[in-house]
Amino acid sequence: MAAKLILSMDGVVIKEYPLNKERMTIGRKAHNDIVIDNLAISGEHAAIVTILNDSFLEDLDSTNGLEVNGVPTKKHFLQNSDLIEIGKYKLKYINDQVSQTSAADFEKTMVLRAPVRPEAPVGEAKLGQTQINPSIAAEVEKTGRFGVQPAAQAAAAPAAPAPQQVAVQQTSAQAAPAAQPTAVPQAAVVQILNGPNAGKELELVKNLTTLGKPGVQVAVLTRRPHGFFITHVEGAVHPAVNGQTLGDQPHPLQDHDMIELAGIKMEFYYKG
Amino acid sequence: MRFEIAGVDMRIDDALEIISLTNPGMVRSHNEDSVACDAACGLVVLADGMGGYNAGEVASGIAVSVVATEVCQRLQEASPIECDEESGDDLGVALLRDNIRKANLSIYQAAQSQPQYSGMGTTIVAGLFYDNSVVVGHVGDSRTYRLRDGVLETITRDHSLLQEQIDSGMISIEDARQSKNKNLVTRAVGIDADVVPEIHVHDVRRGDIYLLCSDGLNDMVEDEDIQSTLYAMQGNLPLAAEQLIQQANDNGGRDNVSVILVKVKGEFAASRGWLAKLLNWFKK
Repeated sequence: MAAKLILSMDGVVIKEYPLNKERMTIGRKAHNDIVIDNLAISGEHAAIVTILNDSFLEDLDSTNGLEVNGVPTKKHFLQNSDLIEIGKYKLKYINDQVSQTSAADFEKTMVLRAPVRPEAPVGEAKLGQTQINPSIAAEVEKTGRFGVQPAAQAAAAPAAPAPQQVAVQQTSAQAAPAAQPTAVPQAAVVQILNGPNAGKELELVKNLTTLGKPGVQVAVLTRRPHGFFITHVEGAVHPAVNGQTLGDQPHPLQDHDMIELAGIKMEFYYKG
Repeated sequence: MRFEIAGVDMRIDDALEIISLTNPGMVRSHNEDSVACDAACGLVVLADGMGGYNAGEVASGIAVSVVATEVCQRLQEASPIECDEESGDDLGVALLRDNIRKANLSIYQAAQSQPQYSGMGTTIVAGLFYDNSVVVGHVGDSRTYRLRDGVLETITRDHSLLQEQIDSGMISIEDARQSKNKNLVTRAVGIDADVVPEIHVHDVRRGDIYLLCSDGLNDMVEDEDIQSTLYAMQGNLPLAAEQLIQQANDNGGRDNVSVILVKVKGEFAASRGWLAKLLNWFKK
């Protein structure tokens, strides 16, 4: 099912518009796909370019501009239930594709044989014409200088220097909504119990927390949907939990478990 | 007995540590991904097949076996640094390019002749390590990442609608994560009679870790998490591979997920001296 826009004013629905064209315009003049006959609306106020399942909103240099979810916007990648405001009018964007298609169907990789090209009128539709530019892609390929996109920076500096070479380093993880685990375990903490950092707390807010120094001695604390685990990665000393030395397998952590790694004692517990 | 021209350089299979792992994920019953590694010739290949019934497995299987078999067979008697007479490129580059095209033709012909395989295709990403460099060839949205000095970078550019939209500035990288057009590739192996693989040569340094993966990994696991896993677990490659797949599955595992990890443990410059030439001449 195509995405749609629901036009309303003062809470009263006026009309629904399916986004079934590559490019749809919103404006006061009669030739627009969505006509809003109001003086606050420019002749051609905005355009929505739809490429398969994604829609992009663009302000066509209108006099009074537009807002998406209360924020003035020139160009916006529309998400389900975004609210576009033009003057006193509201347009709600509905695209609930994901819930309608089974996840398996949705994720199946398909080949796009002919590049999708909108028949964007020349000199207009900035969105449309920038869409796919095979010549740029070809050029990039030839020169080989599309470059390497920096994907993520190392959190190289140890956050809390701990004694005996055990530095505690947190690496980050902010899963996209699509990739969010269904059950996020409650907040947990590791508290250092001895050495110069005794009393220091480390909140386990990331999916992976490193204890130690790569190349020397490393154990990791991983957050999984059903709880936290500790795993020995490398180094001569295997960590111990409640006095039991761990093997090579991940070990599930229970509330108030005592972890010992290279002489450092830590307590794992759930917060709140 | 082995002749060494430059004393510090290692044989390719001593210089690289290679681990591969593939998993059907949490939703799919079939695994349509295929992987192959040959440490002796420094080759790694990964393919993510598509097509109904088991056609996806067939396509990715053909792609991986054609490339792995043909490249390694040729390298038994030739050195990848030789010049390919036809193209003027290194033989290593030419071998990768020609054999991805050969795999393409095999899959295309199988799909033409067998109705149940009609329309099957596959992505492919392959890396051939030699002479302190890696040739990376790819078609589709399977990727190669490189972790160097703790920084993770993608060294392939997806052949996908989304990547083209990112390149043209239509959509930001952050917004792209929300896109519903993630699953559309613009280039694939086996769909048409010919295909143009994208081939680049990158220098390789000691300590680098290369990750080849199907989109089942990078669609489910953020680059930041991939980085932190590779960085923390660089001393234990098998565990790193398991951890990556586990993260994809913990996040939903909506697709098959495959990873190949290659860690560079030493230098592996090819021998270029008169002795190497002489030895090569004897091998002929």
